[in-house]
Amino acid sequence: MKVVVDMNKCQDHGQCVFAAPDVFSLDDDGRLAYVPDADEALRDEVEEAADVCPLQAIRIEG
Amino acid sequence: MTGTIVVAGGSMGGLRAAEQLRAAGWTGSVTVVGDEPHMPYNRPPLSKDVLAGKAPFASLAFTPKASAADVEWLLGTKVVAARLDERTVALDDGRALSYDGLVVATGMRPRRLRCPGPLAGRHTVRTLDDAKGLRDELTGPGVRLVVVGAGFIGCEVAATAVRLGVTEVTVVDPLPLPMAGPLGELLGRALLKRHEERGVRFALGTGVAGFRGDERVTGVVLSDGRVLPADVVVESVGSVANVEWLDGNGLDLADGVLTDDRLRVGGRPDVVAVGDVARFPNARYDGVPRRVEHWSIPTDTARHAAKTLVAGLTGADAGPGPFAPLPTFWSDQHDFRLQSFGAPGLGTDDVRVLDGDPEGDVLVGYHTGGRLVGVVALGGPATATAAARYRAQLLKSPALTP
Repeated sequence: MKVVVDMNKCQDHGQCVFAAPDVFSLDDDGRLAYVPDADEALRDEVEEAADVCPLQAIRIEG
Repeated sequence: MTGTIVVAGGSMGGLRAAEQLRAAGWTGSVTVVGDEPHMPYNRPPLSKDVLAGKAPFASLAFTPKASAADVEWLLGTKVVAARLDERTVALDDGRALSYDGLVVATGMRPRRLRCPGPLAGRHTVRTLDDAKGLRDELTGPGVRLVVVGAGFIGCEVAATAVRLGVTEVTVVDPLPLPMAGPLGELLGRALLKRHEERGVRFALGTGVAGFRGDERVTGVVLSDGRVLPADVVVESVGSVANVEWLDGNGLDLADGVLTDDRLRVGGRPDVVAVGDVARFPNARYDGVPRRVEHWSIPTDTARHAAKTLVAGLTGADAGPGPFAPLPTFWSDQHDFRLQSFGAPGLGTDDVRVLDGDPEGDVLVGYHTGGRLVGVVALGGPATATAAARYRAQLLKSPALTP
C-alpha cells in the first residue's frame, strides 16, 4: 500500500499520528514524517488517518 | 443483504455515514439526500483559505472511498418530513423515499440575529457559497467589517479579514473575553491580547440592538448605545439544528436530536444520528447528552452509528458498545493555532498552566474535581506535539461518573 501526503496541504495537526502511529509521526519541531510504503496489514488505520486529516492531505494508492 | 438506507444530509457526516455503512458490511442500497448543490466538502478552510481566496473547490471536496462508489446522491434536494412508523421520508421535490434504515445527518444552520435593520451586507459563514459571497464584499477598498460573536469562527473570520487588508475589523460579543465560554478566562485574555496586537478591535460586554441603514447595512447599534460604522457584518452567533423535518414523530428535538449511547434515535433500531445534529451522552464524561460541533464528530459518530444501524437491521452482531469519543478541536487564527483534547468546557472553573507562558507558547489544563478533563495548546506546531502527550492521559482516565 502506497501512502502519499500532500505536503503543501499538510499543516502538522498530527491527527494521523493518533490514528496510525506506525506510519505517521511528528518530529521534535512538530513536523510530519511518514512511511510511504506501508504494510498492507495497516490499511484500516491508514484509512482512518486519511479520514481524520483536517486538510484531507492523505491519499492511499493501491 | 437487501433493503435501503437513506442518509438525510449530504455534508461530511452524510458522506462518512455512507462509507461507514459499507465498512460495517451493509451491501444493500444507500441513498444520500443533500440540499446543497455540491458534493461534500471540507468546511474549516471556509473561514480561512476560502475567505482569503486561496482554496479552489477542488481542494475542498472530499474524495469518497471506492467502497462508496455505488451510493446514490440526490443533491440540491431536501428532506422535508419523515414518518418513522411508516419508514418513509418526503423530499422537497414531492417525492417520497421508503427506507429500511435512516441516518439523520442534517447538521446545523447559522443562527441569525433578530433585530431591526436591513439584511443586505449581513453574512454568515457556513457554506461554500456563504464564504464566496463574503469574500466578494470584503475585497473592496476601505471596507469596515463588524463581526458579531467572538467564538472560534468569528475570531477566525476577523483574523482572515485583517490578513486580507480590511481597513477596520471589530468583533462584538456580550461576554467580556473572546472564546471565554469553551476556554475560560486565562486563555480568553491571552487571545484578546494577541488579536488586538494584530489589528483586531473588540467591543466586549455588549450585544447588538439593531442595524443602521436603508437598503443595506451602514452601522451596528450596540446595546450599550454605541454605533459602529460597518459596510459588512458577519453574524457568528451560534447555530440551529436542522431537525424540523423530524417533527411529529414523538422525538426529543429540543437541541438537535436526542440519541442513546449507541446513537440510536427514539429507541429505534432503524434510525441513528450522525454529526453535530446528534445530541448524545458521552460515556467518557458525565452521561449528559450534548451536541458537539467539532470537525472530528461527523467521522467519529459515523463510524459508531453505522455499526449500530447495520447491527440493528441485520441482527448479525450485537453492535458496538457505548459511544465514548475523545473530543478534539483546533482553530487557526493569525499566526497561531489552538489545539484542544478532551473537554475543556467542563473544567473552565479550574484552569492551570501546565507548561509555557500565556504570553508565548502555552499548554493549559482544565480540571474538575481536581481531575484533568481537557488540554489546550496555544502557539506553534511544537506546542501541539506537547499537548498530544496529555491526550494519552485523557484517554486513559476513567469516566467522570461511573
